[in-house]
Amino acid sequence: MKMRFLVLAAGLVSAPALVAAQQTTLPSSTAAQAPADEGLTGSVSDENEWQDLGIAIPAFPTNASVATAAEGGNTEALGRNVARVVFNDLRNNGLFKPVGPDQLPAVAFPQVAAPTFDTWRGRSAEMLVQGFVKANDDGKLTVGCYLYDVALGSELARQGYVVKPEEWRRAAHKCADMVYSRLSGESPFFDSKIAYIAETGPKDRRRKQLAIMDSDGANHRFITNGQATALTPRYSPDYSRIVYLSYLNGAPRIYVYNIGTGQQTLVTQSANPTFAPRWSPDGRWILYSMAIAGNTDIYRVPATGGQSTRLTDSPGIDVGGSYSPDGSKIVFESDRSGSQQLYVMDADGSNQKRISFFGGRAATPEWSPRGDQIAFTHIGGNFRIAVTDPYGKGMRFLTDSWQDEAPTWSPNGRIVQFFRTERGSGKTGIWQVDLTGRNERKLNTPVDGSDPAWGPVLP
Amino acid sequence: MNRPILIAGLAAATLSLGACASKPKTLPPEPGTTTTTQTTAQNTQPAGPVPGSQADFIASVMSDTVNFDTDRYNIDASDQGILQSQASWLARYPNKSVTIEGHCDERGTRDYNIALGERRANSAKNYLVSLGVNPSRITVVSYGKERPLALGSDEESYARNRRAVTVTIN
Repeated sequence: MKMRFLVLAAGLVSAPALVAAQQTTLPSSTAAQAPADEGLTGSVSDENEWQDLGIAIPAFPTNASVATAAEGGNTEALGRNVARVVFNDLRNNGLFKPVGPDQLPAVAFPQVAAPTFDTWRGRSAEMLVQGFVKANDDGKLTVGCYLYDVALGSELARQGYVVKPEEWRRAAHKCADMVYSRLSGESPFFDSKIAYIAETGPKDRRRKQLAIMDSDGANHRFITNGQATALTPRYSPDYSRIVYLSYLNGAPRIYVYNIGTGQQTLVTQSANPTFAPRWSPDGRWILYSMAIAGNTDIYRVPATGGQSTRLTDSPGIDVGGSYSPDGSKIVFESDRSGSQQLYVMDADGSNQKRISFFGGRAATPEWSPRGDQIAFTHIGGNFRIAVTDPYGKGMRFLTDSWQDEAPTWSPNGRIVQFFRTERGSGKTGIWQVDLTGRNERKLNTPVDGSDPAWGPVLP
Repeated sequence: MNRPILIAGLAAATLSLGACASKPKTLPPEPGTTTTTQTTAQNTQPAGPVPGSQADFIASVMSDTVNFDTDRYNIDASDQGILQSQASWLARYPNKSVTIEGHCDERGTRDYNIALGERRANSAKNYLVSLGVNPSRITVVSYGKERPLALGSDEESYARNRRAVTVTIN
């Protein structure tokens, strides 16, 4: 059994908002280990059979129930809550058909590493996720997570996490990520966060606040109080900052909000409006749009401030922009041809080429973290979320509603979030859909929500 | 004059003008620096609006608002008449400045609408400047689709919301 210990990058440790879930060594199970390279493959673009896999997720038992500050009050209750979070992660994304701890018998602590496969075969479970919760002497918690193939009677994967009690949900998300990755062959995404705009009030006087939450809606927090309209947030790649637009002092300008210190700074000193901010994948640059005498172009500025570089110079509206994952290219939106369309350019602004020739208009492009797709808002009657490859080929619609806009990618590039506006009332909500377009659902937010921005997987 | 919008907002609230019902009223106060010179008429005599006030502006011009077609920002013949009446008022009160607010209908994406509202406000500004108004007296701000005037999701509402509104300040 290999020792797996996550080494943390120094830069990440210094970011105050970050809490790394430390991986730890786990006792091996008695089940035979399946060869690691024999994982089921498939993509959510296909209707592969693994999506119907029955996964049993009983409550995670504890070696000794002791008091903890984590939800539940003691490690035994916490173990049930951890299993519920794993269950909800796997269920809510339409990828599997899991059965959770509230429908399953309890598992004794010694069985975690020695499953009674016959019992689970009798319940028609194909996969089994077991785990445990242990309180450590230093007040932290160790959460173990095992994935078994019931039919084979073998272990597929195992991980352990050491977390502070208040970070217990991260251990559950890491466990769900391990199961998802091992079974789908895709990269993990549950242990991640979302920044968005919380909306309240009547249509003509909407209060718009910057807010953040975990990928499953937990740990919700308002960042701004709504006195100034806040729009279009984006998490920095290390989650330490959020760049967004605010009408603070009456005019639209982009600010960087530091989550650890609560301080915010104006990105550029300008007499002109600045908006539509985006990070580069390495967090070193911010793209933004600026209107001068009515003409909007795209600029790049170091995230730490300094001199801006103008990247576009067409007389039309060039706006938005999203870097390819390697940082070499930028997809953006321009109406230089007469209507909003998608263009790709090199990161220095050269080689600008239109890629959208689908009919209708195309807006708000976002490059997938995998690099293979660009999500955007297609306008042709209704506003629909669509994807295309970076050359404008293979365009597909993912949604069909009156007004869906502003897609943002899950960290693994398999799910797109966006916001949907209700005709008439103007009420908004955050939705997500996978790349098949079939698994669509609304996220639970305390109030209406728009402008979602999904950050990367936490370290 | 760093807080034109704030002052306009306060003035609009004080005078409770129907035409300004969609103006922001909850902008954050800047501690200690804002000295609003309110032009409220203290006497309640029915003597008409105070000359040079926002109420006087509304009473004097053809309209404080010009409208636009979908995705357009050109000033058409009827807009020209409206802006000419605004320019005349500004010629009469050379110490007054204005903010032009650019707006869009809800059938556009957020970022694009901020850019489009900016374009519309600038079109109105440029026309006023062509009529002799000093550009330093005009500031522009785009609200994109954030502050609709008409609340329906229909063509009539959209047409009313695609607008540039002139608001007097100080």
